[in-house]
Amino acid sequence: MADHKPGFFTRWFCSTNHKDIGTLYIIFSIVAGIIGGWFSMMMRHELGDPGLQIAADGQEWNVWITAHGLIMVFFVVMPGLIGGFGNWFVPLMIGAPDMAFPRLNNISFWLIIPAFLLLIGSALIGQGAGTGWTVYPPLSSIAGHPGASVDMAIFSLHLAGASSILGAANFITTIFNMRAPGMTLHKMPLFVWAMLITSFLLVLSLPVLGGAITMLLTDRNFGTTFFDPAGGGDPILYQHLFWFFGHPEVYIMILPAFGIISHIVATFSKKPVFGYLGMAYAMVAIGFVGFIVWAHHMYTSGISVNTQAYFTAATLIIAVPTGIKIFSWIATMWGGSMTFKTPMLWALGFIFLFTVGGVTGVVLANAGMDTSLHDTYYVVAHFHYVLSLGAVFALFAGFYYWIGKMSGRQYPEFFGQLHFWVTFIGVNLVFFPQHFLGLAGMPRRYVDYPAPIPPEHLQGMLVNPIEKMQWIASQDYGYHLWNYVSTIGAYISGFSVLIFIGIVFYTLFFGRRAEDNYWNAEPQVMTFEWTISSPPPFHQFDIQPKVK
Amino acid sequence: MMKKLILSFFAFLVSMSAFSVLADDAAKPLQLGLREAATPQMERIISFHNGLLILITVIVIVVTALLAWVLIRYNAKANPKPSKTTHNVPLEIIWTLIPALIVAIIAMPSLKMLYYLDRNDNIEMTLKITGYQWYWGYEYPDHDGISFTSYMIPEDEIDESKGQKRLLSTDNPVVLPIDTNIALQITGDPTDVIHAFTIPAFGVKKDAVPGRMNETWVRIEKPGTYFGQCSEICGKNHAYMPIEIKAVTKEEFEAWLEEAKEEFSMNNNETMTVAYYEGAY
Repeated sequence: MADHKPGFFTRWFCSTNHKDIGTLYIIFSIVAGIIGGWFSMMMRHELGDPGLQIAADGQEWNVWITAHGLIMVFFVVMPGLIGGFGNWFVPLMIGAPDMAFPRLNNISFWLIIPAFLLLIGSALIGQGAGTGWTVYPPLSSIAGHPGASVDMAIFSLHLAGASSILGAANFITTIFNMRAPGMTLHKMPLFVWAMLITSFLLVLSLPVLGGAITMLLTDRNFGTTFFDPAGGGDPILYQHLFWFFGHPEVYIMILPAFGIISHIVATFSKKPVFGYLGMAYAMVAIGFVGFIVWAHHMYTSGISVNTQAYFTAATLIIAVPTGIKIFSWIATMWGGSMTFKTPMLWALGFIFLFTVGGVTGVVLANAGMDTSLHDTYYVVAHFHYVLSLGAVFALFAGFYYWIGKMSGRQYPEFFGQLHFWVTFIGVNLVFFPQHFLGLAGMPRRYVDYPAPIPPEHLQGMLVNPIEKMQWIASQDYGYHLWNYVSTIGAYISGFSVLIFIGIVFYTLFFGRRAEDNYWNAEPQVMTFEWTISSPPPFHQFDIQPKVK
Repeated sequence: MMKKLILSFFAFLVSMSAFSVLADDAAKPLQLGLREAATPQMERIISFHNGLLILITVIVIVVTALLAWVLIRYNAKANPKPSKTTHNVPLEIIWTLIPALIVAIIAMPSLKMLYYLDRNDNIEMTLKITGYQWYWGYEYPDHDGISFTSYMIPEDEIDESKGQKRLLSTDNPVVLPIDTNIALQITGDPTDVIHAFTIPAFGVKKDAVPGRMNETWVRIEKPGTYFGQCSEICGKNHAYMPIEIKAVTKEEFEAWLEEAKEEFSMNNNETMTVAYYEGAY
């Protein structure tokens, strides 16, 4: 039998096995998610009342939001969806024994650990990097942030970027060369399609970010003036370079989610995905259009009105392929025979919440409308609906869908569903009121907001909420009410994370054994991972599978 | 009931007597939507948003209704045998074309509004705004170069009896005339970081970028006090550099100019400094 596992150290620290590396990525993503989530809890607690609660000053606050954003993007969603589920299931779904470059795969993972340590370091040393995840100069220049923190954050992004580029090259090679005989591109599972497109977005966009932050690094340390007007440079140049990466980046986070949701919806509806080709090419279209809409993040920066008009039109077009995906998921369920296990609940939650986040994106796409909403909490609500309630819901959906396959043990169904409902209520309570705050004009990245300070007995979270809300509503101005509601939601969401941690440990130690095809996926929706054991053997597909 | 009426009548009288509380535009605790408009720009933004809000609400309701229908009609109990349909080309074409049509319908008024907000060729006066860490500098180049800086009033000096608001009121509010087309020239100090000048009630937001001069315009229609806050992360005191604008009648503005020339004549040096920097570019 080929199933000879190496010893512990070799297996986990020198791993070349795509499943083990995927597992490492998922563990890393969960740990980073708890740390990034801790930052969000501190932020929401701080904003529960006007005035400063736990932040020493605005700089400390800015460090929190920067760390929260960078951790969630680079060390939670990307490692979870791409490194974790991508590594685990791309080879399994295309019938390959492993990734094309197993040792490159190992480097991709181990680069992300020092990247994460550098990022945490950047928040802890000196005054910290309080620039926002966008790291705009001149705030991130030597004048705005003289210490070593921003340099550390830049190096962190260099390493995380290198890790992702190597991983993406690996995926592209694997998907193009190692598909089972008979699996043409048009027969490839949608998750593999999603990973292929995501990988292309990564190799095309990340080098631009690398260039931008390297220029920032030389501006800071070696006297260049790429972004410094005093030497003929321009801070707006950085914004163009950053968002040329930054916009594709948001699709990098959501496309793998699309892939996972498609499989779950098909499996639990007992029907193949409706309009498969439309689904695949909608993702191609989203990936392509994603590269030509970057300046919609810069409407107020002073770009010309014609440029704004172009980016408005281009951005609105994204609604079309996104609509195709939503309608196709519903059409997949239409006529199906649906069961509502935990992964399906997360998938349904994803479809609903992604729609809400999508339509606010249509509002923000309009440069004129953005005059009111730019850099307000409306934007915060929008991107958390598509990422925190979109990409993260897909992470949980994928986790519950595949944990039996990955660990060989099944999660407890009741607690999985409980986790879903507590999270669903919590995150909506956090983010829906933020639409109101944004429309009313509350700027984002604020440690404190205009509102009268409540009397002593109504301060903090451990007070009678009804009495507190009545007091707030009786004031004649301020953003207090919806911030308070949002913070209550954050505590509920924080509780849901505890449920999740409990589920993970229960599953790994006490979960019942999972069968090979534990969701009873029908032959017409079945991908290769359901044809092998749970967990799969250390080396799978001794006999190469074929697609008819 | 009677008491309430009398009280609100007095409140009305008070509000009529002092212009500082005429249009009191800070966000209300229960506010759900955009601020009340004080300019034609904001009126257009509000009416555009009202239309858009109806549209996106309808879309969300339609998607939710479709989801609810499939959950009820096509669950395993109601429909034990799944259908074998995998595609339907006409249907797919329809759900591509309809959203395309909807965004085209959105784009037309959107772009029209965008060009309206951008510029006005009949400018009557100019206000120059410069962002600093962490305060705003204002100049009136058409009025003998009056210039001053404006800081937030610290929390412990806020006087609520004067209608001052925590984190919003400033030591030197900008005074502007109503019914006048005012060009706003917004820039950042060359050695400073990016800020953003925002007045929600005006429908105005432009970044104050070092080394760049951004321009927009405004026409205030109602006298009153209007507030805004810096809207681009700019460091430690990002939350503490508000903007306060007092909009007054043209006559009151002329009277204020006379006072301001006295009061801010000491600041002429600063004007010179800023002019020097401008010359450098």
